[in-house]
Amino acid sequence: MRIPILKLHNYLLITIQIDLDDQTAIQFQEDLLSKIHKSGATGVVIDLTSVEIIDSFIAKVLGDVVAMSDLMGAKVVLTGIQPAVAMTLIDLGIHLQDVPTALDLEQGLIKLRQELEE
Amino acid sequence: MNFQTCVNIQKEWDIVGARQLGRDRAKEIGFGTVDQARIATAISELARNIYLYAGTGKICFEMMNDINQKGLLVIATDNGPGIKDISQVMEDGYTTSGGLGAGLPGVKRLMDEFDIISDPGKGTEIRAIKWVR
Ligand SMILES: Nc1ncnc2c1ncn2[C@@H]1O[C@H](COP(=O)(O)OP(=O)(O)O)[C@@H](O)[C@H]1O
Ligand SMILES: [Mg+2]
Repeated sequence: MRIPILKLHNYLLITIQIDLDDQTAIQFQEDLLSKIHKSGATGVVIDLTSVEIIDSFIAKVLGDVVAMSDLMGAKVVLTGIQPAVAMTLIDLGIHLQDVPTALDLEQGLIKLRQELEE
Repeated sequence: MNFQTCVNIQKEWDIVGARQLGRDRAKEIGFGTVDQARIATAISELARNIYLYAGTGKICFEMMNDINQKGLLVIATDNGPGIKDISQVMEDGYTTSGGLGAGLPGVKRLMDEFDIISDPGKGTEIRAIKWVR
Protein backbone atom coordinates (compact mmCIF):
# COMPACT_ATOMS: atom_id res chain seq x y z
CA MET A 1 0.00 0.00 0.00
CA ARG A 2 1.43 3.38 -1.03
CA ILE A 3 0.03 6.81 -0.32
CA PRO A 4 -0.19 8.99 -3.45
CA ILE A 5 1.71 12.28 -3.37
CA LEU A 6 0.41 15.01 -5.70
CA LYS A 7 2.47 17.91 -6.95
CA LEU A 8 0.87 21.34 -7.39
CA HIS A 9 3.27 24.15 -8.40
CA ASN A 10 5.86 24.22 -5.61
CA TYR A 11 3.74 22.22 -3.22
CA LEU A 12 3.16 18.57 -2.50
CA LEU A 13 -0.33 17.51 -1.40
CA ILE A 14 -1.11 14.30 0.41
CA THR A 15 -4.52 13.13 1.56
CA ILE A 16 -4.34 10.12 3.84
CA GLN A 17 -7.46 8.08 3.16
CA ILE A 18 -6.65 4.76 4.81
CA ASP A 19 -6.13 3.32 8.28
CA LEU A 20 -2.32 3.61 8.41
CA ASP A 21 -0.37 0.50 9.30
CA ASP A 22 3.26 0.91 10.42
CA GLN A 23 4.79 -0.27 7.15
CA THR A 24 2.69 2.10 5.06
CA ALA A 25 3.57 4.97 7.40
CA ILE A 26 7.32 4.30 7.08
CA GLN A 27 7.03 3.89 3.31
CA PHE A 28 5.19 7.20 3.13
CA GLN A 29 7.97 8.89 5.09
CA GLU A 30 10.57 7.65 2.59
CA ASP A 31 8.44 8.45 -0.46
CA LEU A 32 7.76 12.00 0.72
CA LEU A 33 11.41 12.79 1.42
CA SER A 34 12.53 11.51 -1.96
CA LYS A 35 9.72 13.40 -3.69
CA ILE A 36 10.78 16.63 -1.93
CA HIS A 37 14.33 15.97 -3.06
CA LYS A 38 13.37 15.27 -6.68
CA SER A 39 10.77 17.99 -7.11
CA GLY A 40 12.40 20.76 -5.07
CA ALA A 41 9.03 21.42 -3.42
CA THR A 42 9.10 24.12 -0.75
CA GLY A 43 5.81 23.31 0.94
CA VAL A 44 3.86 20.17 1.87
CA VAL A 45 0.29 19.75 3.10
CA ILE A 46 -0.66 16.44 4.70
CA ASP A 47 -4.43 16.24 5.07
CA LEU A 48 -5.64 13.97 7.87
CA THR A 49 -9.40 14.60 7.55
CA SER A 50 -10.19 10.89 6.97
CA VAL A 51 -7.80 9.59 9.62
CA GLU A 52 -9.74 8.13 12.54
CA ILE A 53 -6.84 7.10 14.71
CA ILE A 54 -3.32 8.39 15.41
CA ASP A 55 -1.47 6.31 17.95
CA SER A 56 2.01 7.05 19.36
CA PHE A 57 3.78 5.30 16.48
CA ILE A 58 1.98 7.21 13.73
CA ALA A 59 2.38 10.43 15.73
CA LYS A 60 6.12 9.80 15.87
CA VAL A 61 6.31 9.14 12.12
CA LEU A 62 4.36 12.33 11.38
CA GLY A 63 6.45 14.43 13.79
CA ASP A 64 9.64 12.99 12.28
CA VAL A 65 8.51 13.63 8.72
CA VAL A 66 7.86 17.30 9.57
CA ALA A 67 11.33 17.65 11.15
CA MET A 68 13.06 15.82 8.28
CA SER A 69 11.29 17.85 5.59
CA ASP A 70 12.23 21.00 7.46
CA LEU A 71 15.90 19.94 7.33
CA MET A 72 15.54 19.54 3.59
CA GLY A 73 14.03 22.99 3.25
CA ALA A 74 10.34 22.15 2.87
CA LYS A 75 7.67 23.37 5.31
CA VAL A 76 4.97 20.85 6.25
CA VAL A 77 1.48 21.69 7.50
CA LEU A 78 -0.84 19.01 8.90
CA THR A 79 -4.50 19.70 8.24
CA GLY A 80 -7.93 18.37 9.20
CA ILE A 81 -7.09 16.55 12.44
CA GLN A 82 -10.47 15.27 13.74
CA PRO A 83 -11.64 16.36 17.22
CA ALA A 84 -11.58 12.76 18.50
CA VAL A 85 -8.03 12.32 17.23
CA ALA A 86 -6.91 15.59 18.86
CA MET A 87 -8.36 14.40 22.18
CA THR A 88 -6.67 10.99 22.06
CA LEU A 89 -3.33 12.63 21.19
CA ILE A 90 -3.56 14.75 24.33
CA ASP A 91 -4.41 11.63 26.40
CA LEU A 92 -1.26 10.05 24.97
CA GLY A 93 0.69 13.11 26.11
CA ILE A 94 1.54 14.03 22.52
CA HIS A 95 1.20 17.75 21.85
CA LEU A 96 2.83 18.11 18.40
CA GLN A 97 3.91 21.57 19.57
CA ASP A 98 6.44 22.28 16.85
CA VAL A 99 4.18 21.01 14.10
CA PRO A 100 2.23 23.60 12.08
CA THR A 101 -1.44 22.65 11.74
CA ALA A 102 -4.51 24.11 10.06
CA LEU A 103 -8.23 23.40 10.02
CA ASP A 104 -8.48 22.20 6.42
CA LEU A 105 -6.58 21.93 3.15
CA GLU A 106 -7.44 25.49 2.10
CA GLN A 107 -6.29 26.99 5.41
CA GLY A 108 -3.20 24.78 5.18
CA LEU A 109 -2.25 26.25 1.81
CA ILE A 110 -2.78 29.78 3.16
CA LYS A 111 -0.60 28.98 6.16
CA LEU A 112 2.14 27.59 3.93
CA ARG A 113 2.14 30.67 1.74
CA GLN A 114 2.43 32.90 4.82
CA GLU A 115 5.23 30.83 6.32
CA LEU A 116 7.15 30.75 3.07
CA GLU A 117 6.86 34.49 2.54
CA GLU A 118 8.28 35.32 5.98
CA MET B 1 -22.76 -11.85 29.73
CA ASN B 2 -19.24 -13.06 29.09
CA PHE B 3 -18.97 -13.21 25.34
CA GLN B 4 -15.31 -12.90 24.34
CA THR B 5 -13.71 -12.21 20.96
CA CYS B 6 -9.98 -12.42 20.45
CA VAL B 7 -7.47 -11.36 17.80
CA ASN B 8 -4.08 -13.04 17.57
CA ILE B 9 -1.17 -10.66 17.21
CA GLN B 10 1.46 -12.25 15.00
CA LYS B 11 2.27 -9.85 12.23
CA GLU B 12 2.38 -6.11 12.01
CA TRP B 13 -0.93 -5.83 10.18
CA ASP B 14 -2.72 -7.55 13.11
CA ILE B 15 -2.29 -4.25 15.00
CA VAL B 16 -4.68 -2.63 12.50
CA GLY B 17 -7.02 -5.65 12.60
CA ALA B 18 -7.19 -5.57 16.41
CA ARG B 19 -8.00 -1.87 16.63
CA GLN B 20 -10.64 -2.10 13.91
CA LEU B 21 -12.37 -5.00 15.64
CA GLY B 22 -12.14 -3.17 18.97
CA ARG B 23 -13.71 -0.08 17.46
CA ASP B 24 -16.55 -2.18 16.01
CA ARG B 25 -17.22 -3.76 19.40
CA ALA B 26 -17.13 -0.32 21.06
CA LYS B 27 -19.65 1.01 18.54
CA GLU B 28 -21.99 -1.96 19.14
CA ILE B 29 -21.88 -1.37 22.89
CA GLY B 30 -22.90 2.25 22.38
CA PHE B 31 -19.72 4.31 22.84
CA GLY B 32 -19.61 7.73 21.17
CA THR B 33 -17.06 8.63 18.48
CA VAL B 34 -14.50 10.09 20.86
CA ASP B 35 -14.51 7.08 23.16
CA GLN B 36 -14.40 4.76 20.13
CA ALA B 37 -11.22 6.58 19.09
CA ARG B 38 -9.81 6.33 22.62
CA ILE B 39 -10.49 2.59 22.76
CA ALA B 40 -9.08 1.96 19.26
CA THR B 41 -5.95 3.97 20.13
CA ALA B 42 -5.44 2.07 23.40
CA ILE B 43 -5.78 -1.26 21.56
CA SER B 44 -3.31 -0.11 18.93
CA GLU B 45 -0.74 0.69 21.65
CA LEU B 46 -1.24 -2.64 23.43
CA ALA B 47 -1.13 -4.66 20.20
CA ARG B 48 2.03 -2.90 19.03
CA ASN B 49 3.71 -3.57 22.36
CA ILE B 50 2.92 -7.27 21.99
CA TYR B 51 4.28 -7.28 18.44
CA LEU B 52 7.43 -5.33 19.36
CA TYR B 53 8.37 -6.73 22.75
CA ALA B 54 6.81 -10.20 22.95
CA GLY B 55 6.62 -11.19 19.27
CA THR B 56 3.19 -12.78 19.53
CA GLY B 57 0.18 -12.70 21.80
CA LYS B 58 -3.49 -11.84 21.69
CA ILE B 59 -6.00 -9.12 22.40
CA CYS B 60 -9.43 -10.13 23.69
CA PHE B 61 -12.58 -8.07 24.09
CA GLU B 62 -15.36 -8.69 26.55
CA MET B 63 -18.55 -6.76 26.95
CA MET B 64 -19.16 -5.73 30.56
CA ASN B 65 -22.79 -5.63 31.61
CA ASP B 66 -23.24 -4.56 35.20
CA ILE B 67 -26.64 -3.64 36.60
CA ASN B 68 -25.97 0.06 36.25
CA GLN B 69 -23.26 0.34 33.62
CA LYS B 70 -22.00 -1.08 30.36
CA GLY B 71 -18.40 -1.21 29.27
CA LEU B 72 -15.69 -2.88 27.25
CA LEU B 73 -12.91 -4.92 28.81
CA VAL B 74 -9.72 -5.24 26.74
CA ILE B 75 -7.26 -7.95 27.72
CA ALA B 76 -3.78 -8.06 26.14
CA THR B 77 -1.79 -11.20 26.86
CA ASP B 78 1.59 -12.43 25.75
CA ASN B 79 4.25 -14.95 26.75
CA GLY B 80 7.10 -12.54 26.10
CA PRO B 81 9.92 -11.38 28.37
CA GLY B 82 7.58 -9.69 30.86
CA ILE B 83 8.13 -6.37 32.60
CA LYS B 84 10.47 -6.17 35.59
CA ASP B 85 9.74 -2.67 36.82
CA ILE B 86 6.12 -1.74 36.22
CA SER B 87 6.36 1.77 37.70
CA GLN B 88 9.22 2.52 35.29
CA VAL B 89 7.31 1.52 32.13
CA MET B 90 4.36 3.63 33.34
CA GLU B 91 6.51 6.79 33.23
CA ASP B 92 5.81 9.10 30.29
CA GLY B 93 8.69 8.90 27.85
CA TYR B 94 10.23 5.64 29.10
CA THR B 95 11.08 3.44 26.10
CA THR B 96 13.53 0.66 25.32
CA SER B 97 12.91 0.80 21.56
CA GLY B 98 13.36 4.44 20.54
CA GLY B 99 9.59 4.97 20.62
CA LEU B 100 7.84 7.89 22.31
CA GLY B 101 7.29 5.95 25.53
CA ALA B 102 3.73 7.22 25.44
CA GLY B 103 1.96 3.87 24.98
CA LEU B 104 1.34 2.43 28.45
CA PRO B 105 0.86 5.71 30.35
CA GLY B 106 -1.36 6.76 27.43
CA VAL B 107 -3.51 3.62 27.62
CA LYS B 108 -4.00 4.29 31.33
CA ARG B 109 -5.32 7.79 30.57
CA LEU B 110 -7.39 6.71 27.55
CA MET B 111 -9.23 4.01 29.51
CA ASP B 112 -11.06 4.15 32.88
CA GLU B 113 -9.45 1.18 34.60
CA PHE B 114 -6.01 -0.25 33.99
CA ASP B 115 -4.06 -3.13 35.46
CA ILE B 116 -0.77 -4.89 34.57
CA ILE B 117 0.22 -8.31 35.80
CA SER B 118 3.65 -9.39 34.64
CA ASP B 119 5.95 -12.27 35.43
CA PRO B 120 9.48 -11.54 34.19
CA GLY B 121 10.45 -14.42 31.92
CA LYS B 122 6.85 -15.61 31.54
CA GLY B 123 4.79 -12.84 30.04
CA THR B 124 2.45 -9.95 30.56
CA GLU B 125 -1.28 -9.49 30.94
CA ILE B 126 -2.83 -6.04 30.74
CA ARG B 127 -6.51 -5.43 31.46
CA ALA B 128 -8.20 -2.15 30.72
CA ILE B 129 -11.86 -1.16 30.93
CA LYS B 130 -13.76 1.74 29.42
CA TRP B 131 -17.26 2.46 30.73
CA VAL B 132 -20.04 3.93 28.62
CA ARG B 133 -20.87 7.37 30.01
N1 LIG C 1 4.04 -6.57 26.44
C1 LIG C 1 5.25 -6.15 26.85
N2 LIG C 1 6.22 -7.04 27.18
C2 LIG C 1 7.44 -6.62 27.60
N3 LIG C 1 7.81 -5.33 27.73
C3 LIG C 1 6.89 -4.39 27.41
C4 LIG C 1 5.57 -4.75 26.96
N4 LIG C 1 4.88 -3.61 26.74
C5 LIG C 1 5.72 -2.60 27.03
N5 LIG C 1 6.93 -3.05 27.43
C6 LIG C 1 8.09 -2.21 27.86
O1 LIG C 1 7.58 -0.96 28.31
C7 LIG C 1 8.21 0.12 27.62
C8 LIG C 1 7.26 1.29 27.48
O2 LIG C 1 6.18 0.93 26.61
P1 LIG C 1 5.31 2.08 25.94
O3 LIG C 1 4.82 2.98 27.02
O4 LIG C 1 4.29 1.44 25.07
O5 LIG C 1 6.35 2.92 25.08
P2 LIG C 1 7.16 2.50 23.74
O6 LIG C 1 6.46 1.31 23.14
O7 LIG C 1 7.12 3.73 22.89
O8 LIG C 1 8.56 2.16 24.19
C9 LIG C 1 8.66 -0.49 26.29
O9 LIG C 1 9.74 0.25 25.71
C10 LIG C 1 9.06 -1.90 26.72
O10 LIG C 1 10.36 -1.92 27.24
MG1 LIG D 1 4.42 1.08 22.95
